[in-house]
Amino acid sequence: MKHLLNLSVNGEPVEVAVPLHHTLLEVLREDLRLTGTKHGCELGECGTCTVLVDGEPVLSCLALPIELEGTEITTVEGLTKDGRAHPLQIAFAETGAAQCGYCTPGILLAAKALLGRNPRPTRLEIQEALAGNLCRCTGYIQILQAVERAAAADPADYTKPISV
Amino acid sequence: MMRLPPFRYFAPKTAREAAKMLADHAADEAMAVAGGTDLYPNMKRRQFTPKVLIGLHRLEESRGIEEDDDGVTIRGMTTLTQVENDEILQAHYPAIAKAARLVSAPILRNMGTIGGNLCIDTRCNYYNQNYEWRKSINFCMKKDGEICWVAPSSPRCWAVSSSDTAPVLMVLDAECTLVGPRRVRRVPVKSLYHLDGIDFLKKERDEILTEIHVPKSNGMRATYLKLRRRDSIDFPILGVAAAIETAKDGTVEKARIVLTAVESAPVQAEKAEALLVGKKLTEEWIDEAAAVAYRPAKPLDNTDLTHAYRKKMARVFVARALRELSRG
Amino acid sequence: MPPTKTDVAPEQSSPAQEAEPLSIIGKPLMKVDAMAKVAGETLFADDLAFPRMVFCKMKRSPHPHARILNVDTSKAEVLPGVLAVLVGSELPIPFGILPVSQDEHALCLDKVRFVGDPVAAVAAVDEETAEAALEHIDVEYKVLPSIMSIEEALADTDEPIHASERIDGNVHKAVTLQFGDVEEGFAEADVVREESFFFEGNTHLPMEQHAAIAVYGADGKMTVWSSTQTPHYVHRAMAKVLEMPPSRVRIIACPNGGGFGGKSDPFNHEMVVAKLSMKTRRPVKITLTREEVFYCHRGRHPVKMWVKTGIKKDGSITAMHFRSFLDGGAYGSYGVASLYYTGALQTVTYKIPRYKFEGLRVFTNKPPCGPKRGHGTVQPRFAIECHLDKLAEEIQKSPLDIRLEKVVEPFSTTANQLKIRTVGLKECLERVAERSDFRKKHRNLPRGRGIAITASSYLTGAGLPIYWNKLPHSGVQLQLDRGGGVTAFCGSTDIGQGSDSVLAYIVAEELGVEVEDVHVVTADTSLTPVDLGSYSSRVTLMTGNAAIQAARRLKPLLLDPAAEKLQVPVERLAMAHGKIFDRQYPEVSMDFAEAVVLAEAKHGTLGSTGSYTPPRSRGRYKGAGVGPSATYSYSACVLELEVDEDTGWVKIEHIWIAHDVGKPINPLLAIGQIEGSVYMGLGEALMEEQVFRKGVHKIPSMLDYKSPTFVDMPPVTSILIETLDPQGPYGAKECGQGPLLPVIPAVPIAIYDAVGVRIDETPVSPDKILKALEGRLAKPTVPEYDFPPPAEVPPMREDS
Repeated sequence: MKHLLNLSVNGEPVEVAVPLHHTLLEVLREDLRLTGTKHGCELGECGTCTVLVDGEPVLSCLALPIELEGTEITTVEGLTKDGRAHPLQIAFAETGAAQCGYCTPGILLAAKALLGRNPRPTRLEIQEALAGNLCRCTGYIQILQAVERAAAADPADYTKPISV
Repeated sequence: MMRLPPFRYFAPKTAREAAKMLADHAADEAMAVAGGTDLYPNMKRRQFTPKVLIGLHRLEESRGIEEDDDGVTIRGMTTLTQVENDEILQAHYPAIAKAARLVSAPILRNMGTIGGNLCIDTRCNYYNQNYEWRKSINFCMKKDGEICWVAPSSPRCWAVSSSDTAPVLMVLDAECTLVGPRRVRRVPVKSLYHLDGIDFLKKERDEILTEIHVPKSNGMRATYLKLRRRDSIDFPILGVAAAIETAKDGTVEKARIVLTAVESAPVQAEKAEALLVGKKLTEEWIDEAAAVAYRPAKPLDNTDLTHAYRKKMARVFVARALRELSRG
Repeated sequence: MPPTKTDVAPEQSSPAQEAEPLSIIGKPLMKVDAMAKVAGETLFADDLAFPRMVFCKMKRSPHPHARILNVDTSKAEVLPGVLAVLVGSELPIPFGILPVSQDEHALCLDKVRFVGDPVAAVAAVDEETAEAALEHIDVEYKVLPSIMSIEEALADTDEPIHASERIDGNVHKAVTLQFGDVEEGFAEADVVREESFFFEGNTHLPMEQHAAIAVYGADGKMTVWSSTQTPHYVHRAMAKVLEMPPSRVRIIACPNGGGFGGKSDPFNHEMVVAKLSMKTRRPVKITLTREEVFYCHRGRHPVKMWVKTGIKKDGSITAMHFRSFLDGGAYGSYGVASLYYTGALQTVTYKIPRYKFEGLRVFTNKPPCGPKRGHGTVQPRFAIECHLDKLAEEIQKSPLDIRLEKVVEPFSTTANQLKIRTVGLKECLERVAERSDFRKKHRNLPRGRGIAITASSYLTGAGLPIYWNKLPHSGVQLQLDRGGGVTAFCGSTDIGQGSDSVLAYIVAEELGVEVEDVHVVTADTSLTPVDLGSYSSRVTLMTGNAAIQAARRLKPLLLDPAAEKLQVPVERLAMAHGKIFDRQYPEVSMDFAEAVVLAEAKHGTLGSTGSYTPPRSRGRYKGAGVGPSATYSYSACVLELEVDEDTGWVKIEHIWIAHDVGKPINPLLAIGQIEGSVYMGLGEALMEEQVFRKGVHKIPSMLDYKSPTFVDMPPVTSILIETLDPQGPYGAKECGQGPLLPVIPAVPIAIYDAVGVRIDETPVSPDKILKALEGRLAKPTVPEYDFPPPAEVPPMREDS
């Protein structure tokens, strides 16, 4: 049986009829077609499906949408503001932090939350904040460099059009 | 995609209401969910297929940490991230904050709750597997089967108690409030557990753990050490919580040592505790206590690394925990 | 943690280089797909959706080894929402990546050979319905004894895993190769050492689970989108299995969310969705669960090894005899190639004048092993580097010097007839030793702290294709649009390594346009010329050379009308930054787009093709097809660590790694490949293992299969060494696999330096270290086996 849910995703109100046992991950990808959110295990073990709920990272594979009515959900598609890329997105692209790019959306969002509460994190703080997000390509180093680079940029700096 | 089985969902406003809902259903038919980080993976693997899920996230006054005359109260739905970052806990009960910080990974801690962590299902790598996988070994006694594969002649299940916060709360003599459909009771955290991988909680199935009360620290110093392969994500494959209260001259007046992830319940090393009382935490007594404390650990081959290694590490970790406390 | 430093050796001058400085090659540019990836726009296979799409799930065997007596799908077929059920007899044609190992079926026919082997499949309106329907398929099995180890595979059996005339019991393949008289070499040696090693199996664990979508159109054509590294090989296998003309089958490889070799085989689920699309006449999608990805596997073989080496007091090797025993799992996959690779590259790192290799691959009831990053060369490199460290100690020589002195000569030929070209290994060794202060630290660090130096080599693309042919290995086609855009079509597949970017950079460099003006269309068997796939570190060299050829064929068509218009001799024209200009008077110029229009007016529609075939290998013996490469990359690593003797816990303090990349096309991407290789190597060295218990995968999850996290990764200093190889585009060699090789043996060698115990197996876990410290760790052993007599080795071909 489907239930009508009212969610707010990337600043837009959405009304979606879904079975209640479908996780946020399924609703985002399958119902709202926001396929930028990826999945690697669906059991809370890899961090790939990370999205923000009221600015804090959560694992969308373990979140029930019905519990998220009244919250603001941000996916990777919502990082881009007015057609301009977030400094983290630019830093990731310029630093080689996205190799296959599959873990990238989750890590971008976890990093955004980190910079939100700690604009100038040390390398260890970045490592710790991202310690639940697995990446098999990069060895993490270029990701760490990208977060540091973004932290050094003006935090409110949506400078670059998303299409460079 | 791993998916949840279908269920009906209710979000009561009070713990009493939630307990009543649980009581109204047969066992296995209804379950309560706090953060979902333990239950949902288990449901996706069909360890549990409740027809009714009672979400606790709308319970009123279910979150937060407060200090009072008796100590501190941590409400059950407080997330592990909140516990980890709480200033009161960091100042007066740093071991609790540390244990919370050592649970899984930061994003999961944003969802997982301290109440949920105390009630976390026991783990075993014959059990924490998908339905089809479990079918291929003809299931185990914890779910759908007859036998405990890690100890085939054992009459009971040997799944591993895997809470990081329970041992710390136990050494601090914490208690918790359980709200049932008809009564509310307060029990020590240590009497919450039962040495059985299946029936591991003494809490009634229709009771909701709403609060944790940690008594005033009164100079009690505690710590928690965790063994796991990676410095993140992993469950403990051994945990040692220790607490010491000493007289001015350093003589131990009270000692608590609890081992986790080496049995189906957290194990209190009572003999070692007794041995330490009246002694000073010298290297000799630390080694002596560690040699006694690790004996009740009964790790088996159902989690990461070998059980012989984990048993050996229990001794090393107890000594390290005591040494840390001896340094004040 | 100190910041990771990157330094690039000063560029050497090369006479081959053109007068114009390179404007794109060698620069740390953004990848062409980087912004799409950070925006979440990149569409991976599971992100695709089509109207009327239905979903597939596969019913898998719960038994490691069993005969299928009956499959009853009748109950599943009538369930609401189920559109079709498929069983093995509907796709009876076998397939496999190698022509000699056509031993897989889309769905098992008569037997299941590992837990997870599929027997039936369902297409339904949604995944939940499909999954529920699987429960209603009744499969009757006769359970057979399972074979879970090399030793069990070598025991007599009435029920081999594959019954075939070509297979002796469960021995998939046994080979012996001999080059020179090794016994004579051992007699000449001052020290002869022999010992055994074990390398545990492990898996790729790409973050993206495999997915495929098949659309069988009303036009009778089959299109399959898949997360595959090898669309060309899937194309061939798909046409064969579906019994369709290949001309009506189109395979499109989506960007891979990580591959590492795990998406290099044609897979049963790809065939299954294709057939289900024919049955349902609807698009059919499958996305594997993480557990199913562990069953696809094709990862690192568990290998038992024995090595005997003779050396003189000066450290030179007189002979080496190497034996490997591979636990292959249930199917052939790349296994025959993997087997040969465990013996092929020993001679490419160090001078070994006499060499004998004996190798054996057996079938077991586990998911099939295959190629993982460093394919088949990782296990022997582990053994040989550990072995060499002990030999160095025995003759009291520095592990650095013993390596430096025996590095293969550039442009030489090895005992097993492999042609070496440029060799930057000495510089690699010297640079990592210098940066890490190795000479001072080795054997001089306080107890508990240790350091190691190791070296390795790897292919830059397999010299031969998977199936015998004389065709190019990579092709590039260029098309120009009147606005000055250039589209490059190529079959190469971007698995995250940046192959699309390398293609764009090279085309842009050659035609003097901006990278942003190049469009790449890749990995589509109907739109793009064949490239064999993203395996064996072949793409940069092969696609790169093909792209250069295509661009250089196009250039004259553009320059000729431009010269006329500008009234400048054509030899004086140069192309760069979107312009065609006179080298003497750069202000005399025109836009690239204008030149395109002029050229199209003069020549008609513009386009060109380029292709690349590696040089013919020299060896003519059976087995000589595995090992040859256009050129080899070299790596050296220094690793420093600390061991906690009470717990056996290891903390990697720092890794210095130098890699002879020939010439980095993009140093940023090269460093990324090196760091990623270091990471994957560390995982394998310390914690990753694909292990089985009671016939099933013990830990098929992201939680229990231990992949190092952000906090487990040590700082890395990467050093790029340039050798400007004449075979590579602009001198480039590979960098995606080679740097993994030296990392793994460096861990146990450094542990020995720290605490004086040898761990001759992987993973080097704390329980093993503690056991070794207590003197209780058993040494690895190898089984007894009578290898066949050595194959005849005819004289080499002349250089091509």
